Amino acid sequence: MSDWNELYLEVILDHNKNPRNNEELELYTHEAKGHNPLCGDRISIQIVLENEKVKEAKFTGSGCAISTASASILTETIKGKNRSEVESLFENFHGLVTGKETEKELGKLAIFEGVKKYPARVKCATLSWHALMAALEGKEETTTE
Amino acid sequence: MIKKGIKADFPILNQKINGHDLVYLDNAATTQKPRTVIGSLENYYNHINSNIHRGVHTLSQKATESYEDSRRKIAEFINAENQNEIIFVRGATEGINLVANSYVKPLLNENDQIIISQMEHHANIVPWQMICEEKGAKLKILPMNIDGELLVNELENMINRKTKFISIIHVSNSLGTINPINKIIEIAHRNNIKILVDGAQAIQHIPIDMKKMDADFYCFSGHKMYAPTGIGVLYGKKNLLDEMPPYQGGGDMIKSVTFEKTIYNDVPNKFEAGTPNISGAIGLGIAIDYINDIGIENIAEHESNLLEYATEKINEIDGVRIIGNARNKASVLSFVINKIHPHDIGTIMDSHGIAIRAGNHCTQPIMDFYSIPATARASFAIYNTKEDVDKLMISIKKTIEVFK
Repeated sequence: MSDWNELYLEVILDHNKNPRNNEELELYTHEAKGHNPLCGDRISIQIVLENEKVKEAKFTGSGCAISTASASILTETIKGKNRSEVESLFENFHGLVTGKETEKELGKLAIFEGVKKYPARVKCATLSWHALMAALEGKEETTTE
Repeated sequence: MIKKGIKADFPILNQKINGHDLVYLDNAATTQKPRTVIGSLENYYNHINSNIHRGVHTLSQKATESYEDSRRKIAEFINAENQNEIIFVRGATEGINLVANSYVKPLLNENDQIIISQMEHHANIVPWQMICEEKGAKLKILPMNIDGELLVNELENMINRKTKFISIIHVSNSLGTINPINKIIEIAHRNNIKILVDGAQAIQHIPIDMKKMDADFYCFSGHKMYAPTGIGVLYGKKNLLDEMPPYQGGGDMIKSVTFEKTIYNDVPNKFEAGTPNISGAIGLGIAIDYINDIGIENIAEHESNLLEYATEKINEIDGVRIIGNARNKASVLSFVINKIHPHDIGTIMDSHGIAIRAGNHCTQPIMDFYSIPATARASFAIYNTKEDVDKLMISIKKTIEVFK
């Protein structure tokens, strides 16, 4: 591990303090709750999928700075993407935060690279993504365990 | 008084973490080990290693002597009537499971009740849930107040003819509360109910005297009292242990075995099937020597002073709230900071070389009680100093600064 500066980048701190799309959708096509039993974090993701494209995405719930910022940036990133684009984004993102891959077409998500030095925090960064994947698969709940 | 320079007895403390001198404040999870305990493991494997009991060769006799000598030390340390009341287990968790399965389960009928408390560690919840489910019995919860003190006066009203057993934590690992265990035991016994006390967080902080306390069962883990992991103790009153069936079958717990009939060994061997953690048991004895050299009363006083100092200092910081404000507390300081998740606190503090714990501390019902997901927890041991507390406070202030 090293300096916390590499983990808590300004952008992450900003998204933690002012999370985007942090509200419930009145109408949605897919929803799932993600739970990290290790720290008690709970993040719910709601999306509107239209013609196989994400039209709208919101999240609710509470978590640490990493899971909150990750959920916030997720909702921004996936808008306009189709199912397979979202899936490959998650795959690349997972590779990045676990240190298995270097940055690969991740755009803004690349700021989470610092997580790879904190194995205990990988689940924080991926909680909202696991919830999103569960939602796309038609499941109601998932845990990071 | 605790002598100065005690940190030097603990080799692990002499290192840098992320460029800072390590400040280890995760003692409620596990304590560090003094040189003498580490040395005893090396000595055991270099000079004594052998299987115990029934060995006729020299090494086996030496190993047996050291192992049983440790049992004697433990019996003295907690002032048990008889050293055969000391059963070696893996830790407090195994001790509770042993009592649940060997003593309580055979007593349970449908709709019977077991009483535990609101502030139990998962280890003192789940084993009871498991046997309750099996037998159709019910778990009743003794409540606590917002300061984290058990409402002991309600215990009497909760007890009825269906109540078969009580199991209560002595010192809360999340809140630090020292429960009025003598009073609880007195109520249990007045109602003819046996009681187990989970002493995992008490044994290293306060003097324990089984004769005075009169608990029927008491359990603790070695690794929280400066001994190795994987060794712990279940104390049980001899007459109860004698009448209990074995917990596990195997070698060493029998007198004779034929395919038709096995005759079980006497206590404590009846409950120690298979080759035990011999080096761990010996190490636990050496850890007790270490505690005795300093004196448990001195340790209690030192830690209590540290807690008082830390409580005072942390209360001066805006936005920080202590979780657990019992009048009688051991050296556990659980806290939350406004709008900062405990895991973020833990990560930032680690970058300052400070090891604290962040999470639910295996006490999810306590977190639910306070409607919080987790707490940050600093817990103090004999080697901690006021300087450690000062560093903790600086680190808390810097953490608040980061998330401002």
